[in-house]
Amino acid sequence: MSAPTQVLFDEPGPKSRRNNIILSVISTLVLLAIAAFVVWKFADAGQLDPAKWYPFTFAQIQTVLLQGMLATLKVAVVASVLAMVVGIVFALLRLSNRKVISVPGTIVLEFFRGVPVLLLIFAMFLMFGNEIGSFWSVVFGLTLYNGMVLAEIIRAGVLAVPTGQREAAMAIGLRSGQVMSLVLLPQALRAMMPTIIAQIVVLLKDSALGFIVTYQDLLYQVNLIGREYNNLLPTFIVGAVLFIIINMLVAGFARWLESRLQRKTTADTEAGGLTTKIVD
Amino acid sequence: MDFLELLQLFLSGAWGTIKLFTVALVGSMILGTVLAAMRVSPTPVLRGAASTYINVVRNTPLTLVMFFCAFGLPFLDIRFGSTSSFNSFVYATIALTVYTACFVAETLKSGIATIPVGQAEAARAVGLSFGQTLGEVVLPQAFRTVIPPLGSVIIAMLKNTSIASAFNNRELISAMRNAIEIRGDLVIPLLFGTALAYLILALLLGRVFDYLEKKLVILR
Repeated sequence: MSAPTQVLFDEPGPKSRRNNIILSVISTLVLLAIAAFVVWKFADAGQLDPAKWYPFTFAQIQTVLLQGMLATLKVAVVASVLAMVVGIVFALLRLSNRKVISVPGTIVLEFFRGVPVLLLIFAMFLMFGNEIGSFWSVVFGLTLYNGMVLAEIIRAGVLAVPTGQREAAMAIGLRSGQVMSLVLLPQALRAMMPTIIAQIVVLLKDSALGFIVTYQDLLYQVNLIGREYNNLLPTFIVGAVLFIIINMLVAGFARWLESRLQRKTTADTEAGGLTTKIVD
Repeated sequence: MDFLELLQLFLSGAWGTIKLFTVALVGSMILGTVLAAMRVSPTPVLRGAASTYINVVRNTPLTLVMFFCAFGLPFLDIRFGSTSSFNSFVYATIALTVYTACFVAETLKSGIATIPVGQAEAARAVGLSFGQTLGEVVLPQAFRTVIPPLGSVIIAMLKNTSIASAFNNRELISAMRNAIEIRGDLVIPLLFGTALAYLILALLLGRVFDYLEKKLVILR
């Protein structure tokens, strides 16, 4: 996993092997010292007392935490689906041949892509919060931002499909809508799937912002439990571990999909066009 | 509250954002370079430590990192100054630095991978040590190749400074919330004003990176 990408050092001789061992020992000691400092600080603040961890054996606390987790996941799932729809729509708008359609599409896209997600969530919350509630504020905020990023990814994917595909589809008499929906989009979505899922991971991470607009998600519950039982750090650690595990699973799924698709895909994913970066 | 006062509020907010951004930029560049150096170093312990760190922090939402820094560190009695506003500034900077550093490190690592093998081989052949090979030959080239992706990481960090508003920091979003509390009738103009401020900052930053790219990037 941690193999260097490029060998910047020679095969170690006796001297550098010795140096290496010394360095390893020193760096291990330093890392251990850091870990010890953290543990000592925790113990100093009384956060390592068994009593602080005891609440996690209560079924009620467990359910509250799980409910928080589910609330976060619910936001992420709903926002992902909506963002996909928005992404496809805006990708099509930008790809349109008519300037009247593509230019406004581009302006709207650049606008929403350029502002922080938090600002979008706040905007939704402040303007429509009373009618739609915090859940939909978070969902719409996340949708707007990530939808635009997905649109760029999908657009890059469509542009990367070899031109022969479009020409062949038009030659057999498909209308331009059919060319897009039957030939280009399926290939683009498939080629860009790893990038799309990586963006979904970003969305999942951003869904933790919900707690700022008082949506009762995982972090909100962590805060609540932590303040009530005076065990903020243990609760935080439990919550963070839950979150990190879910993120790593989804990110791992993206990597697996990528390696799988590289074996099967026919579209050329390396050449041209695919320079869109994941931005979070 | 008239227009001028609102503008003043927003300017002080923008200043807060810029301050947060600059300090975190310097910090994350340094930490990111160190992490990237650790990842390619000959010592397996350092390689493992850096890649574990990057993998864990990359999969943690910034909100969580900031939550830990802003609420957790004071719990552990780690404080940096006497005033609470300075403390929250330091906590937010630490969170942003720690979070962005792993993206910088990842970018740099991919930059190192694009440097032709001959460069490092030649450096070793003339007898440079690992530190010299990395510091004098590989990293300067790597930095120049990764300017465009580094730019998007840095611009993302600019937008991420907004999260600090939820943890007692004075910056654009908190200025907006203050203004909205006072002038509830101007919600939409205020929201647009804030968005515009972010767009301008991001645009300026983009121009800086375009300039750097034109000046420095090595085409291969």
